[in-house]
Amino acid sequence: MNIPEELLYSKSHEWVKFEDDETAFVGITDYAQEELGDLVFVNLPEEGDEFATGEVFADVESVKAVSDINSPVTGTVAEVNEAIMDAPESINSDPYEAWFVKFSGISEQENLMDAAAYEKFVEEEKAKEE
Amino acid sequence: MERKTTLYDTHVKYGGKMVPFAGYLLPVQYGTGVIKEHMAVRTGCGMFDVSHMGEITCQGADAEANLNRILTNHYCNMSAGRARYSPMCNEHGGVVDDLIVHKLGENNYFIVVNAANKDKDFQWMQDHTEGRCVFSDISDSIGDIALQGPLARTVLAKITDEKDIPEKYYTFSDEVHAAGIRCMIARTGYTGEDGFEIYMPAEKAPEMWEVLMKAGELEGLIPCGLGARDTLRLEAAMPLYGHEMDDDTTPLEAGLGFAVKMDKKTDFIGKQAMLEKGEPQITRVGLEVTGRGILREDQDVFIGSEKIGRTTSGTHAPYLKKAIAMAMVNKDSAAEGTEVEVDVRGRRVAAKITALPFYKRNK
Repeated sequence: MNIPEELLYSKSHEWVKFEDDETAFVGITDYAQEELGDLVFVNLPEEGDEFATGEVFADVESVKAVSDINSPVTGTVAEVNEAIMDAPESINSDPYEAWFVKFSGISEQENLMDAAAYEKFVEEEKAKEE
Repeated sequence: MERKTTLYDTHVKYGGKMVPFAGYLLPVQYGTGVIKEHMAVRTGCGMFDVSHMGEITCQGADAEANLNRILTNHYCNMSAGRARYSPMCNEHGGVVDDLIVHKLGENNYFIVVNAANKDKDFQWMQDHTEGRCVFSDISDSIGDIALQGPLARTVLAKITDEKDIPEKYYTFSDEVHAAGIRCMIARTGYTGEDGFEIYMPAEKAPEMWEVLMKAGELEGLIPCGLGARDTLRLEAAMPLYGHEMDDDTTPLEAGLGFAVKMDKKTDFIGKQAMLEKGEPQITRVGLEVTGRGILREDQDVFIGSEKIGRTTSGTHAPYLKKAIAMAMVNKDSAAEGTEVEVDVRGRRVAAKITALPFYKRNK
């Protein structure tokens, strides 16, 4: 399980990479892509869309099912990664390169975890599964 | 509490991601993932644990007569060693289940039914038995492994006698041995590929699995889960109970008319209702997404503002590399090439009506 040190993590398995206090890239974690299975479709918001923490801002479809992706921050979509719409499988192969959107004007964020805390959280999730 | 097939530990060993399905814990996929598993079956071979399926025997002097009355297909003029698909209908013409009947000998049949319907089916058969005929549910004693794909025969030939391999689709060899295990080998499957379903004593399934894994090493045989089973059958447009048919849909509406013999000599359950209903007003069609999105089951299909039907199954088809679905739509709107829209969680996705099956293997 790959959990990069420099990122922050949400309980719904999104990663957040802050560029500055108000700007951040958001994607889904290695654990999330593993749980979802082979991804075949991504539905992304449009530039200018606004989301509050916990709101659904995108959805991904595996061969088997659709899953919502929650926004870990309150902010405005400044950029969407159109490359992952053409190649959803890149989220499986490289989840931390395959960012979904770049948020700007971030005014609020969830209680995000650092890598160590997220690792512990994932272990607990796995234990629950068994 | 879900039950485990005798292959449970084997699945865990091979990295199966276990999920509850039809009362059993079964692998939805292995570490390789649904797409690779799907492709293995289309291009090489794959192997599935289908031990959860129900097996019911039908025996007695009136067995054939009972099958002819309870099932919509006909079971006269059938030789031992042949298998035949049929829906089983209720009095309203709706489908109780669909199943495959294997004729072992005169008035001696082996029936394979859907896992989720097993108890309902067995009850239905017992409630409608007439004369000298006994249905017995032997599901718990039977293990079933499906070996599927263009290279399935090559793999099977390594562990059994050439003469024991059934030559034609929908035939089987009974009381033969594979890997030293007594079994029945049927040339059937649910993937749209050539392949076999191997029935054996449940406790022997893990041993058979390991022998097959080894035998298929060169052919790239990999274990496949429920996920690939579903995408494979959908690409091949094979109907699934609870999706393309149910208690309220007649087999004629579901596009299974080939297995409904309205003119067979015996009267059968559901015939009267189907006659009264007349020509079906809805029909099963294929949909291919022309816009962006993936269709799933139970989504409304529109032409403009007019709702013409609903999807029954949908997915991304890994081999065809496009989003496909099956739908039940009004007969008048079912012409091939018709442009439609499907409501995907509030968003309209463009699609067009296409012929079924989406995928057909080269023979």
